[in-house]
Amino acid sequence: MKTPHIYRTEAVVLRQRKLGEADKILTLYSPNLGKFDAVAKGVRRLKSRKAGHVELLSHTALLISHGRSLDIITQSEGIQPFPALRESLERISRAIYIAELVDRFTEERIENYPLYGLLLETLCRLSERDDLDLVSRYFELHLLAFTGYQPQLSVCTACRAPLAPVLNYFSPAAGGILCSACRLSETSPRALTVNALKVMRRLQSSSFTDASRLRLSTSLLSEIEEHLRIYIRFVLEREVRSLDYIQSVRHSLPAAESVVLAARVVS
Amino acid sequence: MPNTTAAAPVAHLIDEFNKLPGIGPKSAQRLAYFILRVPDDEAEALAQAILDVKRLIVLCSTCQNLTDIDPCSICRNESRDRTTICVVEEPLNILAIERTRSFKGLYHVLHGVMSPMDGIGPDDLKVRQLETRLNAHAVIEVILATNPTLEGDNTAMYLERLIAPLGVRVTRLARGLPIGADLEFADEMTLTRAFEGRREA
Repeated sequence: MKTPHIYRTEAVVLRQRKLGEADKILTLYSPNLGKFDAVAKGVRRLKSRKAGHVELLSHTALLISHGRSLDIITQSEGIQPFPALRESLERISRAIYIAELVDRFTEERIENYPLYGLLLETLCRLSERDDLDLVSRYFELHLLAFTGYQPQLSVCTACRAPLAPVLNYFSPAAGGILCSACRLSETSPRALTVNALKVMRRLQSSSFTDASRLRLSTSLLSEIEEHLRIYIRFVLEREVRSLDYIQSVRHSLPAAESVVLAARVVS
Repeated sequence: MPNTTAAAPVAHLIDEFNKLPGIGPKSAQRLAYFILRVPDDEAEALAQAILDVKRLIVLCSTCQNLTDIDPCSICRNESRDRTTICVVEEPLNILAIERTRSFKGLYHVLHGVMSPMDGIGPDDLKVRQLETRLNAHAVIEVILATNPTLEGDNTAMYLERLIAPLGVRVTRLARGLPIGADLEFADEMTLTRAFEGRREA
């Protein structure tokens, strides 16, 4: 379908870079056009009317016209600026990470409507909820599913036998779990505890409402985080830069009051 | 686009001008031909000014501002309030604030803003130098004047958490409507902040 000379779309602003004296090129993620770039003219000027509506990580409604090389944003109206994200380093660092993941996992102009929905929901959850790590892990597993990289968590990827409730192994190269018999085929798959596997399956197959009822210990969340970090690193073949920021905020600058739930161990 | 019809030195000059921000091929050509027409000593003065700026301008060891003398004229000005430091992203921000003549303290220039996605962290900016200053001198207040963008807010929050344990008062510039703005076009966050910061009429 030939896109018309002027078109409307909503989008989330994933990235931006400066252009010339007063402009910015925005990387936008939209429900029907997927990821695309567009120029926001004059937004670096103080009196810009557009600037506040096309802020990084905001959800905005755009009127765009086709330019010779890049499309140009002619009008913008903020839908959700997610102000709560700017209230804590814990929220903002994870929101930046989410945006980077969407950017790295998607190609230009390929529609992925479920991913767009997930992105918006996750930004809302990061704004409103306190279980930020759970929100992040849920996002990662569903991002992987929506982009075709869902890890196999039900059966052993090598022998296809159903997994027993014992220690198993997570292998990025195998795309999922290896049972203890098959794990010798790979050099160093990481051990995955029974509880971590159960929780990951639950996160993968549940709605967020169900998943959010889980009360996970910090050690369990950390284990899952580490497995997913390694898997995503393997899939992308590059580091996710903003992950370092989350870590440095966590370790060097903890908040006076922790926003991460760390209650009872999951049974 | 190299200009193949002009003589090589002129073509080189056009290429160099083309590299400057906001200068496209046509402007670069106009500037090059202008240089050809002015007296020799004017062209030399321009060349010398460019060389001097690179050679003589350094970063102030205290506040990281661009200066030809170290410490810079603001840092060595005895009448300024040494207990307040205003942190900005770029040296041009200092020019803007100084024009208001309403701030009497000292500055600190970060030379950028944090951007985790692009791998720009505190070590890529002049953050350690700020910490050193705060440990060395008695500072009562640090005003975080990074831009009111997401990256600016992120940087400000990071610095706040870094600095607060030192017992310094950390503040952020107010938000609101710029003079000459139209309420109709204002975005949600700007309007909310403007309401929060309202004062007696």
